[in-house]
Parts: sequence; structure tokens; C-alpha cells
Amino acid sequence: MNLLLNIAVDGIAYGMILFMIAVGLSVTMGLMRVVNLAHGGFALIGGALAHWLGAGLGLPFGLALLLAVAGTIVIAMPLERLVYRRIYGFGELQQVLATIGLTFLMIASVNLLLGSSLLAIPLPEALSRSVDLGFRQLTAHRAAVIAVGALVILGLWALLDRTRFGIRLRAAVDNRDTASALGIDTGRIYMLTFALGAGLAALGGILGAELLPIDAYYPLRYMVLFLIVVAIGGLGSILGSFVAALAIGLIETASRYLVPDMATITFFGIVILFLALRPRGLMGRA
Amino acid sequence: MAVRFLPPLLMLLAAVAAYFLFPYNLAFLTRIVIMVVLVLSLDLVLGFAGIATLGQAAMYGAGAYAAGLFAIHVWADPVAGLVAGALAGAVLAALSGAVLMRTQGLTLIMLTIAVAQICAEIANRARGVTGGADGLRGIRPGKVLGVWEFDFIGITGYWYALAVMLLVFAVLAILGRSPFGLSLRGIHESPARMEAIGVSVYRRRLAAYTLGGGIAGIAGALTAQITQLVSLETFSFSLSAEALIMLILGGTGRLYGAVLGTVIFMAVHHVAAANDPFNWLFVIGALVLAVVFFLPAGIAHLPTSLKRLSKGGRHAGS
Repeated sequence: MNLLLNIAVDGIAYGMILFMIAVGLSVTMGLMRVVNLAHGGFALIGGALAHWLGAGLGLPFGLALLLAVAGTIVIAMPLERLVYRRIYGFGELQQVLATIGLTFLMIASVNLLLGSSLLAIPLPEALSRSVDLGFRQLTAHRAAVIAVGALVILGLWALLDRTRFGIRLRAAVDNRDTASALGIDTGRIYMLTFALGAGLAALGGILGAELLPIDAYYPLRYMVLFLIVVAIGGLGSILGSFVAALAIGLIETASRYLVPDMATITFFGIVILFLALRPRGLMGRA
Repeated sequence: MAVRFLPPLLMLLAAVAAYFLFPYNLAFLTRIVIMVVLVLSLDLVLGFAGIATLGQAAMYGAGAYAAGLFAIHVWADPVAGLVAGALAGAVLAALSGAVLMRTQGLTLIMLTIAVAQICAEIANRARGVTGGADGLRGIRPGKVLGVWEFDFIGITGYWYALAVMLLVFAVLAILGRSPFGLSLRGIHESPARMEAIGVSVYRRRLAAYTLGGGIAGIAGALTAQITQLVSLETFSFSLSAEALIMLILGGTGRLYGAVLGTVIFMAVHHVAAANDPFNWLFVIGALVLAVVFFLPAGIAHLPTSLKRLSKGGRHAGS
């Protein structure tokens, strides 16, 4: 029983992080139809900035987090304008190549500035304390991760369902050309959505640094993991990515607890089986 | 007719010239030749059949381990080792392809990466058989065709790899003109129309993927025999990505594009990488972006691209 609860808590925390990082990828893929392999790079940039601000300049965690997320957005916006906008119309393969090229450049830049070692993000006292849940000790950090993840999904739901921007975004995902013909400024929506996705990836990268440690090779190491969330959730579906991220978090945590030697193989086996049966994912559109 | 044989002939001349020009770099030249075999296999899968894959290293690694284990435990004959490597690559491609070829787009790309990662994980876990992270050691291949012994400088290795590469090139050139090759190009252009005229797209793609896997297995077997070491790196994502970059750099769908791209990429790598892999990432990242933006069809298509450019036309993507 305790084992099950442990798996549940750790799996949900892990799933929340995967969700925060991957949701932007899912939306940009659904909206711009871009196979963006460089998305994990934004989590890396966020983590690297937080490391530099927190450990290097000694800023408090909360401030470092905010500045790092803002900094990532500031980097992502011109990148969308200058690079991504040009590859929207390209074939799948060209997009894959261009974004691999970008990933390599991000890795090389982070390495040049901060080195190739582990980039630790110092946690404040309040977050490293542990909370007693009765059946186990849980660090306040992990509880905070779950809370922030829940806030993010609620916030995204409110943004998409309750605001004018959300309506326009959904219209653009459904049919780009028609939305554009109706006078919706799709270019602006692309840029804002891209920046939002990058910011969330940075947030997830920073909060998840304990589970997915940040170093220069981060985007390549976890690329498949983020792509799996998107593929299982279905392109362009926020709820799909949420369910997929939680399911993946739980399955991977469970296989680590139950079959530690075969964890990776079990995990990939389940993913491949699922995608063979449902190639469009949980809530994918045609 | 004469024009058709010109590129392969030039290639052979260049290979012979390289042998005499760089006698102290034979190991590097051999690596280029082996990479050409891998990139040719990718050209069959991606350039002919249009299957977007980032996991060709899975079959390369399977071939390398199979050939290594075969040489250690069964028979040291190199040619038999090549057959073992080809079989291993083809079997892995057929098994994984049976699932992969049902998917497309992002899912397909992601699953091909996942297959290579699973292979790396299995090789890492099965330490008793594969040597795990230390790599598979103790491969001692016998004489090639019972005549030429592998020497320390790598003369035999170079000619052996070159002969295998030319054979693969010839087979693919014939295949490209055969009805099967033409149907693959048809599937690449329009799967729906090929389906409509009665072609089983799934089976043809699976056949192409299996064949490409076999050739990638041959490339892996060559590495195992010539370097006499197989490491987990043979399954790495970087290898798949680099092979893809070489192919795109040279141009897909034309075999000599694969050769050209590999030679240029490896030469740039040799000069730029030195011993700092991170600065090399700057070069390769910029190179890839430049190719995608300015040379979308690769160097082999440069004349066509220029012609189209002068007419004011523009083409995006494959």
C-alpha cells in the first residue's frame, strides 16, 4: 500500500514537470505544424539562467526563477521571428534538421558560457524542508512542484477557454488559413504561443532540475521523453498532454520501483505498443 | 550512357587518389568509407522511400555487435561476419519496422529514436555478452577471403571497406532503376496514389526499411571488424543525426549525393573538431541551418537549385 502511494506521489510530481515542459511543444506542433526538436533547449536555457542567477549571483530562488523564465521568453521571441517563422512552410525533414541544428547551437552556447558540468540550482530553506504525509516524508519542493503544475493546467484552461486570445488561438489551431482570413493576426498568435511554451518549458526545467538534472546535453538526453508526451497526448491537445504526462510519470516511476533493472525497456515497450495501437495519441486530431 | 557511369568512376578515382595522397590517414579514410555505407542505407530508406528516420544507428549498432560476437564466438571470417551483421540489421529493422511503418510524421521520427535508445539500453544491461559500457573487445577477424590479413596500418581495411562500399553502391544503383525502386519513389511522391493503383505501401516501405537496415548492419559490421572494438556509441542519437545531416548535405535520392555529403562532412569534422566536441557542435549546428535555409536539396542538387532560382521559382522541403 505504501509502495503504491509512493509511486503515486513521485509519479505525479514527475508527470507535472513533464507536462510543464512538453505542453508548449504540443501546442506549437499543433498550431504551427513544426517538429521542434529544440524545445528541450528552452528548459535548458531556463535552468542555466536560474543556475547563473541563483548560484552565480546569489539571488534568492523565487527571484532567480522569475528572471530565468522571463529571460528564456526574451530569448525565444526573436528566435521565433528570425528562425522558426522561416521553417513553418518547410517539409518535416527540413524542420527536424533545422531544429537539431538549433539544439546543437544551444548546447554549445551553454557549454561555452557555463561549462559542461552539472548546473545545480540552489533551493531555499523553505523548499528543502520535508513535510510529513503520514505514510512518508515528502520534500516541500516536490509538493510545490505538484501545486505549480496544477496551477499551470488551471491557468492554461482559463487562458484558452475564457479569454479572447484563447479563442483566437483555438481558431488558429483548428484552421490556420480560415482564422487568418477572418482577420486574426496569426503571426502574433504564433509568437505569443511560442513564447508561452518556451516560458513554461523554462519553468518546468527549473522546478524539475531535481528529477531531470540540468547540464549542457539536457535537450538531447530528454528529447525523446518530451516527444513521447506529445505523441501520446496527441498534437495540439493541452488536456491530452496533461493526461499523457501524468500517465508517463506514473508508468516510468512504477517501472523504476517495481522492475528497476528493466525500467527503460519496460517503459519504451509500453509506449511503442500504445503508439502502434493509437498512432494519433490520446486526443490527437487527424 | 557515358554520363551515368561518370560519377561512380570519379568516385573510384578519388578513392584511389586519396589512398596515395594520405597514406598516414588510412584509418580516417576507412571511417569515411564506412560512414558512406551507413549514409547510403539512409538514402535508400529516406531518399528513395521517404521514411523519415532518426534511428538508423539502431541497425548499425546491431550489425556491429552481431559481427563482433560472431567473430569472437563462431567464425572469424570477415565476409561471414558481414553477412551476420547484415542479417542482424535486417532482422531488427523488420521487427521494429513492422510497428514503425504503421506510424508517420512526428511519431515515426520519435519511435525510430526510441528503438535506438532501447538497443543501447539492452546492450548496456547485457554486460556479460556485450561488455556493457566498456565495449565489446577481443574481435580478431581472419584474413579477407582467406588471402589478405588485416594489417596494423590499415591498408587491407581500407580496400576491404572500399570494395564493400562499391558493392553496396552498385546494388543500390541497380535497385533504384528496378520496378521496386521506382515504386518506392512513387510512394515517396504520393502514398495515396500508389495505394490507389494497387501497391501495398506498408509492405514496400517495410521492405525498404528492412533492406536499409541490412545495409546499415553491413556498415556496423565493417566498423566492428576494422576497429576491432564495438562500443555503446554505435547506437547513439548523434550518429543517426550526423548520418542524416550528411545525407541532406549531399542531397537525398541520388546515391552520389550520399557519398559527397559524407566526404564533405567528415572532412570538415576532421579539421574543425580537433579535440573539443563542444566547439564542433557550433560548427555542425551552423552548417545544418545553412544547408536547410540555403541548400534545401543538398549539394548534389546544386545545379537544379540554381536553375530554379534563376527562373524565380522556389521550393521548400522534400
